[in-house]
Amino acid sequence: MPLLGFLASIGAVFLNGLAASGRMALFTLSALSHCVRPPIYLRLIGRQVIDIGYYSLPVVGLTALFTGMVLALQTYTGFSNFAAESAVPTVVVLSVTRELGPVIAGLMVAGRIGAAIAAELGTMRVTDQIDALTTLSTSPFKYLVVPRVLAGTITLPILVFVADIIGVFGGFLVGSYKLRFNAAAYLQRTADYMQANDITAGLVKAGVFGFVVALMGCYFGYNSKGGAQGVGAATTYAVVSASILILLLDYVLTAILFVGR
Amino acid sequence: MMSPKPPAGTPKIAVRSVRKSFGRKVVLDGLDLEIGVGESVVVIGGSGTGKSVLAKCIIGLMQADGGSVKIDGEEMVGRSAGERERVMRKFGMLFQGAALFDSLPVWENVAFGLIQGRNVARAEAKRTALDTLAQVGLGPEVGELRPSELSGGMQKRVALARAICVEPEIIIFDEPTTGLDPIMADVINDLIIKCVRQLGATAMSITHDMVSARKIADRIAMIHKGRIIWSGPTAEIDRSGNPFVEQFIHGRAEGPIQMEVRAT
Repeated sequence: MPLLGFLASIGAVFLNGLAASGRMALFTLSALSHCVRPPIYLRLIGRQVIDIGYYSLPVVGLTALFTGMVLALQTYTGFSNFAAESAVPTVVVLSVTRELGPVIAGLMVAGRIGAAIAAELGTMRVTDQIDALTTLSTSPFKYLVVPRVLAGTITLPILVFVADIIGVFGGFLVGSYKLRFNAAAYLQRTADYMQANDITAGLVKAGVFGFVVALMGCYFGYNSKGGAQGVGAATTYAVVSASILILLLDYVLTAILFVGR
Repeated sequence: MMSPKPPAGTPKIAVRSVRKSFGRKVVLDGLDLEIGVGESVVVIGGSGTGKSVLAKCIIGLMQADGGSVKIDGEEMVGRSAGERERVMRKFGMLFQGAALFDSLPVWENVAFGLIQGRNVARAEAKRTALDTLAQVGLGPEVGELRPSELSGGMQKRVALARAICVEPEIIIFDEPTTGLDPIMADVINDLIIKCVRQLGATAMSITHDMVSARKIADRIAMIHKGRIIWSGPTAEIDRSGNPFVEQFIHGRAEGPIQMEVRAT
């Protein structure tokens, strides 16, 4: 009998997982379908772009700067063992534009924005504000979810573009001032190995990550229940699931965009 | 699309054999209730008896598991969200906790239904909102404040203004006086009576405040274990002869209603 109970609990967890995946898939489809059907609240999208993009610039910029600086230092330390120090500018520009820019910015925005969206919508849910929207002939999906999802998808690529520039600049600062590279040679090598395709692929990743971060914040906030504790749990789930999905999708997108190119 | 005009004598709200469960917990168990055009009905009952769930099933925020909910003769149960949305335009609702939007100033809260739901220009909607705030005794200076800057009583008045601003045909009041001092509760009761009369609206209120129920209701219905167990004119509630009603209106711990000490 204990074995049967153990198997039943595994089965229950599996079924709950499937049900949760199904609910999330339906929520995503609903969000996408509302994105392409009027009315679209441009004023709200603009406000979200400022919240997500402008106010995330300092944290994303600082993270990118130090990531680029550390990357230059670590690459130099490792590559000097093989007398390959000259590869530092190449490694920095490729790593930042292809990988670190989108992933680091995505994770930082997941922490800042995913949590904020989940907390805001969660509070609105438990205080009946979402129901109030419905009674005022306004679709909560169109008013709350669509502006955030669209703003996340549009804004993260812009943030990542800025992060790419700052990250490469961080590598340049360390390379030219600490590692004694010739500044002009460092920049020339960076320019030689900087590919438009790498930058574009990074921005595509950023768009997907922005969509995922906003969607997870909206999903867990919109479906939160149980008062303050429920809102707290929704915030945690939003950040954790967005972070895991960013890393998982990063692998999938890298396999699609780079392998076999 | 406009709703077809219902035949004369059709109740504004007709709820028949409505059932709603959450897991194994049965909340509405074949409930029947009819509310006529222009009538003010108060549903009373203890906590957890299904009052709020009934209101949400009527307004369309929740789908009943079975039975029938008709608004002006139009069936709501089993209809698509789009079809329900058209009928929901007839409703205004005052929520228990006011449910004002924190991110918007008071005037925009009141004008929300006009701006977002009816595409009224912001300037015109603001004028209407300030007029509606005046109806509930709040000056134009309150319009520029945020909901968090208001007292509980003022928040209820703003929520009432928001509910009536779109001139709904049906208004649902969910615990309109809960959490207010007796004087402010009476102010809200008076405002509810005045606003409902001015609009000529049908009103359904849910409360366990008997003072409020006696004041605002034409008719009172009592809900217990998911069913209406008594319904009658307000004047007759003291001689209902129903032991459940008598226990409730006198607030006695002893009687046929046994309080559940834990959720099932």
